[in-house]
Amino acid sequence: MRYLCLIYEDEKWWEKATEADLQKGMADYNAFTASIKKAGKYIGGEALQPTKSATSVRVRNGKLSTTDGPYVETKEQLGGYYLINAKDLNDAVQVASRIPGAQHGTVEVRPIMEFNQP
Amino acid sequence: MQDAFTAAVERWPVEGTPANPRSWLISTGRFKAIDRLRKTRRESASPDPLSWEERGDHRPEPEDYDVVDDRLRLIFTCCHPALNPDAQVALTLREVCGLTTEQVAAAFLTTAPTLAQRIVRAKSKIRDARIPYEVPERPDLPERLASVLHVIYLVFNQGYFTRADLATEAIRLGRLLVELLPEPEAVGLLALMLLHDARRATRMNAAGTLIPLEEQDRSRWNGEQIKEGTELVERALTSRGFGPYTLQAAIAALHADATSSAATDWAQIVGLYDVLLRTDPSPVIELNRAAAVAMRDGPEHGLALIDAILARGELETYHLAHAARADLLRRLERRPESRRAYERALELAIEDPERRLIQRRLEEL
Repeated sequence: MRYLCLIYEDEKWWEKATEADLQKGMADYNAFTASIKKAGKYIGGEALQPTKSATSVRVRNGKLSTTDGPYVETKEQLGGYYLINAKDLNDAVQVASRIPGAQHGTVEVRPIMEFNQP
Repeated sequence: MQDAFTAAVERWPVEGTPANPRSWLISTGRFKAIDRLRKTRRESASPDPLSWEERGDHRPEPEDYDVVDDRLRLIFTCCHPALNPDAQVALTLREVCGLTTEQVAAAFLTTAPTLAQRIVRAKSKIRDARIPYEVPERPDLPERLASVLHVIYLVFNQGYFTRADLATEAIRLGRLLVELLPEPEAVGLLALMLLHDARRATRMNAAGTLIPLEEQDRSRWNGEQIKEGTELVERALTSRGFGPYTLQAAIAALHADATSSAATDWAQIVGLYDVLLRTDPSPVIELNRAAAVAMRDGPEHGLALIDAILARGELETYHLAHAARADLLRRLERRPESRRAYERALELAIEDPERRLIQRRLEEL
């Protein structure tokens, strides 16, 4: 079963990080990614640029509105994701708990909606 | 699996072989297991809380392992921390204990439709997020077991004052868990519940007023339950990996062992609270420790500690903090201050037995 692991972190943590912190942060993520690839659980994953680069788009009554910033302001922001293959929720939680961001942020685990192919 | 097999033989000729006989068997086994559990529950409805061995029932034999495992799987699934905490309690009472939705709703002061909806939502989540029907692996066991113990303790506390049936249900659950998975903290929780429940008959008077520990008729405490609880505490304390439930049970065992409040080993109780604070720091534990210090060293020492806790603001709205403070002020004969503290406690208290005790204290002042 596929799960999306959404990584919410305080993006200021990365802004304030020292060069050594950044190096370590990157190394931790690289090691984690390599480990789930090896375990055959990795489908995809990306890091996102900070929310200051975000744009929110809405169409109401056919009219496009574009605004600066994320849809909601929160203390922790969506900073990246992994799409994984897991046996069940326990397995997915196991994987999610090893995402480096879980150490100081929050990882939301969402099962993917599977549609029956016609 | 014998029962499920019989059911399969009986039904397959009529309904045809199911597409996946193995999973069908497993699910039938599951319901048979619940049936058997419910039956056991009814059979042991007398206040004779014996374990399987003691009752002379058959101990689970190798072919029953699946059934034993199944009960445990069911408990861990109902108490999965990914489910809403209220739903965990509701699911456990319904699926494991066999209570009806109406009974669970009544126990938790909610309506049956609300509760039913909560259960439906929880079941959808089990299906959609694929919460597995399994006993967690060793590395996950501490967190998962904590969730199960918490649910059982919630059920017990919900029955603390007025619902003896819920407390009994919680004890049965605790007993079942210890039979299936004798982890130190499961043993500790069962001991804690047995020891607290042993005082049930003496905790309230006929008018529904709470009777404080020092005024309870100790000859009416349930000696058998105390004996069993104390043995369980000793068992848990000698194993590695005991925790807060075991420590609280040890404190309850010291109370149960004493012939009067004055004869209680308060020094050891303070010591146990010290350990408890190191493993599981909380202002409520600090408050209980302060009350024990007052008994060991005198009310003024306890009062200083309670004042310090209240000054931090954490327990400002906790009625027992003000009630404990009022008790100590009363012992120090500082009546006006005591009155004010009781009045504050009365503003905050919700449970009727506690309110009546505070009112009684106010009248006595």
